Amino acid sequence: MLERRAVTAQLLRRRGEALVVTGLGSPTYDAFAVADSPLNFYLWGAMGSASMVGLGLASAQTGRRVVVITGDGEMLMGLGSLATIGVRRPRNLAIVVIDNGLYAETGMQRTHTAHGVDLAAVARACGFAAAETVRTPGELAALERSLYDAPGPLFAAVKVAPEPTKIELGPRDGPYLRSRFRETLLGDAAHR
Amino acid sequence: MTAPAWPDAIYDELLAAGVKQVAYVPDAGHRRLIELAQANAGLTTVVLTTEEEGIGLLAGAYLGGERGVLLMQSSGVGNCINALALPAECRIPLLMLVTMRGEWGEFNPWQVAMGQATAPALEAMGVIVLRADDAGEIVEAVRAGAGLAFDSGRMVAVLIGQRAIGAKVFRK
Repeated sequence: MLERRAVTAQLLRRRGEALVVTGLGSPTYDAFAVADSPLNFYLWGAMGSASMVGLGLASAQTGRRVVVITGDGEMLMGLGSLATIGVRRPRNLAIVVIDNGLYAETGMQRTHTAHGVDLAAVARACGFAAAETVRTPGELAALERSLYDAPGPLFAAVKVAPEPTKIELGPRDGPYLRSRFRETLLGDAAHR
Repeated sequence: MTAPAWPDAIYDELLAAGVKQVAYVPDAGHRRLIELAQANAGLTTVVLTTEEEGIGLLAGAYLGGERGVLLMQSSGVGNCINALALPAECRIPLLMLVTMRGEWGEFNPWQVAMGQATAPALEAMGVIVLRADDAGEIVEAVRAGAGLAFDSGRMVAVLIGQRAIGAKVFRK
């Protein structure tokens, strides 16, 4: 099976100027561990919000690709967001769910995806331009190519092994994360 | 009954404040404002499935350099509570315009619990609550709220009282 941190590293290694939002828990640890950047905005709470942060950001920054990387539990808590994104259809937004089928933070309880709920099918039904489930290195390589070029909104559920990775605690001070992101993206306009 | 003038006036206030994204779960009290926003191609209007989506959306908008507003009925405030951790911790500006139910002259008892809990629930999460109970106060409250939100970087909810809107009547 694919390994979650290697998946994140591969998907972000050619990100260029893309803006990245990560959902709380392992996706935030992974992105910090393998691809920290001022243009990463790490969520540490507000579970269920990651995709909507991505939508607001994609609407404000239509010239940039926005990539949301989140977990299956986080995505399930904000499932309605897929319908909301399906209405707006932002061409520059991609959502990647790193799907281990588990709530890894709370004792490895099985999520709905482990019981067969198909997130890519939900995204397709909501009107995403493309939505797929990725299980193999070949499919991952194809996603790595489409992630930054194909017209969105894109959705991918990447099935990964259940083994948790080492927790890497990056910065979690909200004003710091906000200001480093905005200053890097907006320059002086961040302070107006 | 003639249409009230305040929705047009607060629309102008929102434009003057630089609002670009308008997110909403509909309420009859916001009907005119939503129509005005949708008719403006310079605004991004976003219909939400639940109000908490708007908290994440507007945080993302702010990260990307845009201001926004979230429109809802008081029954939607409870849906937002945990999501408010994001603007609260990151001190991200948030402007919510909340039309009230469950108070002055309410006919539906199921609205009363959330209506009565709206201001305390928001305040428990650190949101500054401004109220307008007279139609003549609404525009000023929105202007003040926008200033507090965007210039001082705070979470602000402007509660538009049922007394100001006129209590909804049950069409039997």
